[in-house]
Amino acid sequence: MLFDLLGVPPQALFAQLLLGLINGSFYALLSLGLALIFGMLNIINFAHGALYMMGAFVAWMMLHYLGIPFWPALILSPIIVAAFGMVLERTMLARLYHLDHLYGLLLTFGLALLIEGLFRQLYGVSGRVYPTPDILRGGQNLGFMFLPNYRAFVVVAALVVCFGVWYFIERTRIGSYLRAGTENPELLQAFGVNVPRMITLTYGLGVALAAFTGVLAAPIYQVHPLMGFHIIIIVFAVVVVGGLGSMLGAIVTGLMLGVVEGFTRLFYPEASATVIFIIMAIVLLLRPQGLFGRR
Amino acid sequence: MSLSRTMLFAAAASFVMLGAANAEEGPVRIGVMSDMSGLYADLSGPGSVEAAQMAIEDFGGELFGHPIEVVQADHQNRADLASTVAREWFDDDGVDAIFDVPNSSAALAVQELAREREKFFFISGAATSRLSGDSCSPTGVHWMYDTYSLANGTGRALVAEGADTWFFLTADYAFGHSLEEDTGAVVEGAGGEVMGAVRHPLDTQDFSSYLLQAQASGAEIIGLANAGTDTTNSIRQAAEFGIVEAGQRLAGLLLFITDVHALGLDTAQDLVLTTGFYWDRDDQTRDFAARFEERMGMRPTMIHAGVYSSALHFFKALEEAGTKEADAVMQQVRDIPVDLFGEEAMVREDGRMVHDMYLVRVKSPDESEGDWDYYEILRTIPGDEAFRPMEEGDCPHLTN
Repeated sequence: MLFDLLGVPPQALFAQLLLGLINGSFYALLSLGLALIFGMLNIINFAHGALYMMGAFVAWMMLHYLGIPFWPALILSPIIVAAFGMVLERTMLARLYHLDHLYGLLLTFGLALLIEGLFRQLYGVSGRVYPTPDILRGGQNLGFMFLPNYRAFVVVAALVVCFGVWYFIERTRIGSYLRAGTENPELLQAFGVNVPRMITLTYGLGVALAAFTGVLAAPIYQVHPLMGFHIIIIVFAVVVVGGLGSMLGAIVTGLMLGVVEGFTRLFYPEASATVIFIIMAIVLLLRPQGLFGRR
Repeated sequence: MSLSRTMLFAAAASFVMLGAANAEEGPVRIGVMSDMSGLYADLSGPGSVEAAQMAIEDFGGELFGHPIEVVQADHQNRADLASTVAREWFDDDGVDAIFDVPNSSAALAVQELAREREKFFFISGAATSRLSGDSCSPTGVHWMYDTYSLANGTGRALVAEGADTWFFLTADYAFGHSLEEDTGAVVEGAGGEVMGAVRHPLDTQDFSSYLLQAQASGAEIIGLANAGTDTTNSIRQAAEFGIVEAGQRLAGLLLFITDVHALGLDTAQDLVLTTGFYWDRDDQTRDFAARFEERMGMRPTMIHAGVYSSALHFFKALEEAGTKEADAVMQQVRDIPVDLFGEEAMVREDGRMVHDMYLVRVKSPDESEGDWDYYEILRTIPGDEAFRPMEEGDCPHLTN
């Protein structure tokens, strides 16, 4: 009855729901990293998209030059990119913590342009092919759609990692130090915790999440220098809608907006690039702290 | 006796006039405008600037006693920016002609401006057939290919094979709309049926939603009316979702050799496409491709070949006309036969450059003998058949 009203067969709706969740899991992983970095470091990390792209490229380079396959790369690439991120944090970002947000934003924006420009110079914009790992080739016929195994894996991996990070921050002792560090770093330092190192590691974790997402994305999209540039703006909107610094908000909003985008592609595809920003504008008007933000 | 003296006099007078015109003309300056860093940067972009540079060198580097100059700009796929740059170039920077301009929306904007300012516009990058149709210009030349010839080549070939139900996946701007419309007309004209279309924003990453809609339509052919990474992503994701295995076929209506290179032959093999240039056609194209690769590290696309050959043709026309005056130069542009890497072609009244197109099939990895050995030429489509007849284009300056 409802389906008749919408003029779309239920199969199409289920299929778009599932696809939306898949895309949403990329948004969730990326916005979680952003929210983590913002929550702990107070830095609006505009380089997040570039680091996501680096994650994909490092995996591609490993395969192409060294023959290292997908699974080791899924672990190694985030570690390498995180190390790179931590060097950035120590040498540059750390000098900006006492200044206004704007400086961090400008610096990371500049870094993003530099990193993307460098890869564009080296590899052009057509992108490189990253093959789907053999074990995840093919797919399942669900009746209403054909679900590629790899995409199913992406959703599961994203949910597991998102939950893991959330649990780590909210439910473990180290996580409680992190949260304490954002509330009152001087006091925490007085208790003998090395706060600057903790902040560096947190930035590293956020960057590792971005790079991990990049490796996950590599077999689906072409690995290309602008892939981060495309997604970062959407992810910022996700973080704003979810509430700045709210990790649970980032995860839930990421998935939710992925689904909304999927349905838009079915009902009014021309608007699919803008629908997330329309929602962002409405949320900012009615609930400026975001859906999950506390004030 | 007296006749020959008069003739001698007339010849001398025209020689003096020609000389005077020459001395008055300032340096010839051309502008290459393209997407220098976005999704079309590899198939056009910096390679087009290099191609223009090669044309200048091959021509001898000078016209009217001054070195030929080239400037470049990035329009970032924005029609407003393209129009601003073109205005600056024409009004302040003394640019005489603009080349390339991929992205049909941007090219349509530049075409308007070039018409107003009576400056030259040689289009190699943009595809919409409107550029020699309802948006044609007396000073605009559409060089390498257009949506009509692509539709005609690939569309007709596939319908002839019996694939007569189509669904389009269309980039939502001037180019995609043109390509969808032109191909739809060919399909229906040949007795086929268009079952629907879905329009996606330019520069989309994830095509799965659109692909599933195309699949649900049940059409035999999914026509990809998009370009660049939009096309390569569509093709890759169609493979991922088992669309080809399930029996539907993809038709890349505009595929460049850089796209095939990026896809890899594993994914791209057996795609049928139409192109205006293939580097491995004969010795002359191979020679150009080798020189281009030395500079750019890649083989030229049909756009790069188009910028090169159109710039050379423009210089010849200027030299012959002895002036930059629009009517005189355009007369020469149309009168001098176009030398398209040894193939003779011509420019029509409506600005359409008419030459042979090639229907090609992408080789399988086994058939390919190495990097960039990608196409088997199935058929050479003669120019008269490939391009839209002039009277069907509704070009305003012809009817008025």
